Amino acid sequence: MSDLTIVSSSPHAHSGTSVQRIMLDVIVAMLPALAAAIYFFGWDAVRLVSACVLACVAAEAVARKWMGRDLGVYDLSAVITGMLLAFNLPPSLPTWMAVVGSVFAIVIAKQLFGGIGYNPFNPALAGRVMLLISFPVFMTSWSQWVIPAPIGIDAVTTATPLGLVKTAVLSGGALPFTFNSSTALQLFLGNQNGCIGEVSAAALLLGGLYLLWRRCISWHIPGAYLGTVAIFSGILWLLNPEQNLSPLFHVLAGGLMLGALFMATDMVTSPVTKRGMLVFGAGCGVLTMLIRKWGGYPEGVSFAIILMNAITPLINRATRPRVFGGVKSGKKTS
Amino acid sequence: MGATIATFRSPGGIHPAYHKDLAAEQAIREMPLPSALIVSMSQHLGKPAIPTVKKGDSVLRGQVIGSPAGFISAAVHAPTSGTVKLVAATPTASGPRADAITIDPDGEDTWIDGITPCPDWRQLEKADIVNRIAAGGISGMGGAGFPTHVKVSPPPETLIDTLILNGAECEPYLTADYRLMLEHAAQIWEGALIIARALDAHTIRVAIEDNKPAAIAAMQAAIPAEAGDAAVVALKTEYPQGAEKQQIFAVTGRTVPAGGLPLSVGVVVENVGTTLAVWDAVVNGRPLTERVTTVTGGSIVQPANVRARLGTTYADLVAFCGGTTGPVAKIISGGPMMGFAQADTSVATTKTTSGLLLLGPDAVHAYESQPCVSCGRCVGVCPMNLMPNELSQFLEAEDYEAAEAYNVMDCMECGCCAFECPAHRPLVQHMRRGKAQVMLNRRKQ
Repeated sequence: MSDLTIVSSSPHAHSGTSVQRIMLDVIVAMLPALAAAIYFFGWDAVRLVSACVLACVAAEAVARKWMGRDLGVYDLSAVITGMLLAFNLPPSLPTWMAVVGSVFAIVIAKQLFGGIGYNPFNPALAGRVMLLISFPVFMTSWSQWVIPAPIGIDAVTTATPLGLVKTAVLSGGALPFTFNSSTALQLFLGNQNGCIGEVSAAALLLGGLYLLWRRCISWHIPGAYLGTVAIFSGILWLLNPEQNLSPLFHVLAGGLMLGALFMATDMVTSPVTKRGMLVFGAGCGVLTMLIRKWGGYPEGVSFAIILMNAITPLINRATRPRVFGGVKSGKKTS
Repeated sequence: MGATIATFRSPGGIHPAYHKDLAAEQAIREMPLPSALIVSMSQHLGKPAIPTVKKGDSVLRGQVIGSPAGFISAAVHAPTSGTVKLVAATPTASGPRADAITIDPDGEDTWIDGITPCPDWRQLEKADIVNRIAAGGISGMGGAGFPTHVKVSPPPETLIDTLILNGAECEPYLTADYRLMLEHAAQIWEGALIIARALDAHTIRVAIEDNKPAAIAAMQAAIPAEAGDAAVVALKTEYPQGAEKQQIFAVTGRTVPAGGLPLSVGVVVENVGTTLAVWDAVVNGRPLTERVTTVTGGSIVQPANVRARLGTTYADLVAFCGGTTGPVAKIISGGPMMGFAQADTSVATTKTTSGLLLLGPDAVHAYESQPCVSCGRCVGVCPMNLMPNELSQFLEAEDYEAAEAYNVMDCMECGCCAFECPAHRPLVQHMRRGKAQVMLNRRKQ
């Protein structure tokens, strides 16, 4: 019994989880969407994901060294930022732009705020929004996409489904295509134009289920987000089916599935209370639909989540749980 | 009468690995008198008792050697007969020093004169029951060790209708209460009747986690006919079901106000070991001089539930259980969730020593605290509905006012938050420091 023992504060047991383990789970959950991206966009997907991941990890290492912090890349969060940013880029984007977005995401949006845990905005989204504002043409140039039409006439387009809708509605015209179960299936599987990681709802859902099973996310944010979009678009659709597509289209199109499952659920930038998560998800849903319906951009997921990131501290404060046996929080209990 | 009530759930909670199989099937073993007993005057929360003997005095078993220092205090009795070798300030399991009386046992184990059994306790007045409990020096044997005679004599205007016997034993590894319920069910029930009589409580509930079916069955089978509204309640197995306020909520649906006491909702909770000690003090007239401690962990050769005299050093307990299997990385007084890590085995048992846990290097991990990633897991598992993430950041910044406004004083240090934290933040340590500082600031005002 002469060994030196460890004396530390209780508890002396731990669940065994770690930040790195959670990050690894998120990476695993993104693999189906990565496979779908490579299937639909081929070499461009490989090129963008490699460029973003390498640039993010390198930027993280260099930034932390310059700032005199420990090398923090072992927590794998930079890998996730890289993958998520790449998922949010159109297939034809030049590599150097992807690298610029990555460096911005890691250095400006994350490390300058203090690194993991301190960034108010999702770094990948900050990177995407920076690129979208700086290089609007490159960020909205899409590959050719075939609209599977119900009567056997396939149309080739160079816009996203949401972009087509926006253009048609802004010019006062009718909806550009009919949305039926066949189109829905194509959208669900990922046969649509868009950013490389957002197109396949099926692959994203698979990853989302994995995250739920691993308890990396809870259902509250994606549930509230998708539910709000469905209800909002459902009301519009019922009011005027000539000008609005069905809720199913809105849930499957654009970056919603990627945003709801992988970006709105980013733990650092979303609320910690369950009620707060519901508010956050609902807010993302409302903002997304406002932008899709009345905004200048065809898609609003990135802006919606970034805006909700900004009020996450307020949501946390407003949804503070009442202490067990206590009066309404914020007031003194004694 | 006495059917098991369906399981309940309280807010928050975690599911740690239980490791109860190490000692659960080990019947309670009587430990022979060790060569020395070091009896601390600090046996519970509140002020330590005042030594009433000095070096060289002869003492008999059951003789008062420490007198209560105030109302919230219990007497300390000599655990055996022998000679007082030393009265000196000695470290306690939780750290601070307190006077301790070292006794050299004479091997005779002679009880002091005047031990008067009272099998006819049903004839006693309430006040006489309380007096016998006070004379027995009984304090809570499950957790903080609140003096029992204070608990069973609430202010006259307070109406207590329910007595809950806490047999949850939700701390991993510990099996002492489990063995007591298996081996002494009838005596525990009689102790419960005694306490219920003192309180005028008409409802008795025994709360046991549903991972202990044998204890549930044993306590169920032993329900006395005279008990009236008495039942065993199976609680969903979830740490911390043994925490007083959470247990009251699970069993009765009543919520103890934050900062309040159970008696404000008409409930008193007693640990099953304490209840057995009450039985011994009231029926046999014997003061509390021994308790059952689970000596366990991967480093113990023969994990066991040991009935040892108060003041038995941890070293003697370990030796009685066959010593250690290899290098020991952590010595914990109590369970892994709320126990106190020890630098060595020189400390001795008290009335609250429910377990002694020795872990090898494979079961002990050192972590570096990382920045909070706001995952919210601590918020989800906190049984008090606190926000440990926010609190720890306030406390790192030494913002004690914000911590107080966020109810740091309601933290009971159960450890659920730190158990779940993926960033390995020492959340409980932050809370302890914060609570101490808030108390200090309050006193200054």
